[in-house]
Amino acid sequence: MSASTAALPQPAGTAGFAANPTLVRIAAPTLLGVVLLAVWQFICTTFDVPEYLVPSPLRIAQTLAEDWALLTSALMTTLKVTFLAFALAVVLGVAAAFLFVQSRIVEISLFPYAVILQVTPIVAIAPLIIIWVKDPLPAMVICATIVALFPIISNTILGLRSVNPGLMNLFRLNQATRWQTLARLRVPSALPFFFGGLRISSGLALIGAVVAEFVAGTGGTASGLAYQILQSGFQLNIPRLFAALFLITLTGIVLFSAMAALSKWALRWHESEMN
Amino acid sequence: MDMHATRTAAAGPSAADAPIVLEADRVEKTYPNGTHALNDTSVQVRRGEFVSLLGPSGCGKSTLLKMFAGLEVPSSGRIVLHDGHDAAGRASGHRSMAMVFQEATLMPWAQVADNARLPLDLAGMRREESDPRIADALELVGLSQFAQAYPRELSGGMQMRASIARALAVQPSILLMDEPFGALDEFTRNKLDSDLHQLWEQRGFTVVFVTHSIYEAVFLSSRVVVMAARPGRVIADVTIDAPPHRDEAYRVSQPFIDNCRILSQHLSRANRGER
Repeated sequence: MSASTAALPQPAGTAGFAANPTLVRIAAPTLLGVVLLAVWQFICTTFDVPEYLVPSPLRIAQTLAEDWALLTSALMTTLKVTFLAFALAVVLGVAAAFLFVQSRIVEISLFPYAVILQVTPIVAIAPLIIIWVKDPLPAMVICATIVALFPIISNTILGLRSVNPGLMNLFRLNQATRWQTLARLRVPSALPFFFGGLRISSGLALIGAVVAEFVAGTGGTASGLAYQILQSGFQLNIPRLFAALFLITLTGIVLFSAMAALSKWALRWHESEMN
Repeated sequence: MDMHATRTAAAGPSAADAPIVLEADRVEKTYPNGTHALNDTSVQVRRGEFVSLLGPSGCGKSTLLKMFAGLEVPSSGRIVLHDGHDAAGRASGHRSMAMVFQEATLMPWAQVADNARLPLDLAGMRREESDPRIADALELVGLSQFAQAYPRELSGGMQMRASIARALAVQPSILLMDEPFGALDEFTRNKLDSDLHQLWEQRGFTVVFVTHSIYEAVFLSSRVVVMAARPGRVIADVTIDAPPHRDEAYRVSQPFIDNCRILSQHLSRANRGER
């Protein structure tokens, strides 16, 4: 059975698939992935590609199993930095957004600096932070937070300001207090935008954690997956490098999916979830 | 037939002797960009009347209504609300006024019942007190079974009913309506007109209703204030000579046709620049 024809998804309208769209949404990319992996494996085996250039999927899986303990402990470190940074970014970002929306003068004064923070590449700032903050873990958390912060601030501000003018009139008509308007109108209106920011930021927190680790270089006591990638590169242990890379990618996917699921649950009422 | 002096049974609950509850006294409105929305306009609304503001786009009818609601401030002249309610009226939920807009403007994140409850919540009314009012209001508009539904699950007509329920929940003495049925199809519009009329007969509140439909004005009103554009002004104040109770048969009766003709003549004269 040729992998290409059997695994490719059928066009919509075929009885079995059309009956269950969720099935299609999961099965189709999975099947494509399997096909690509099969092709990759095939090329590596047939052309006897050296494993220090491009390891085959099977070799990577084998390395993952062999070095499981090492890699999972590295994964924990990276995850710790990512979650801490993400949590910090959410708290600080939301607080900043509320502050900016309540006071025009604060917003005008501080927003340009937030933008500067956003556009300066973290790889340029990270070395400075690592020198200033001796302890590697807080240093990495700070770097990752900086990367993840801006989307939350800007999306939340946008959301807090994107209030239906008709509803605004309604609240004014009913003499709602500033606090009532904030809690009952602005916050719910802001939620779709906030969750959009959350989805972006979760991935950025991971990127920030990885970049910070790269910049910190080898020898940090807290060694995450990026450190493993660097080490494996130096030692030409390319299969392990790929294995670490795979785990990072998997983390990114899980984070994104978690945020998407959270968003879907919280925004049951929104048009974007209407399908 | 002298439409202005005739005091007929048509004007609903004892209108001409009723006290004035709402008044626009020589109001003008010019916007910063130079638009002259209203020019020296005076209108009096008595308790229990159903007054329509009828006119083409740009005649200032919506502007006048918003001024009554307190959403716009006149450039000169004054708006007087003879409400006779004390200052504590806000906390006890006895608003003198409620407003219904052309868009239903429901909060998409809240169920119908919670949407209807909003003005009472903003006024600080406790659930035990507001629950029966909401149930009553929803029943009046025929949405009792949809109390737990979200706005996106409702049709346009149903959303508008929910919006009206929200207005009725505060048990207003004055109901302001800004082309509330304009966005709906004719069947729905006629049905809602009918229901609104019955509600008005039952409850006896005062209504100021903005419309550009002569038919709607004649069906619903005890009195029609005809307005013209450029500049926005009142050109006629017509008491509708018709039976107080109106049903579908009224829509094709002679009094209905006569009243439509009278209003239409006023409007044409304005178009031809004779007023």
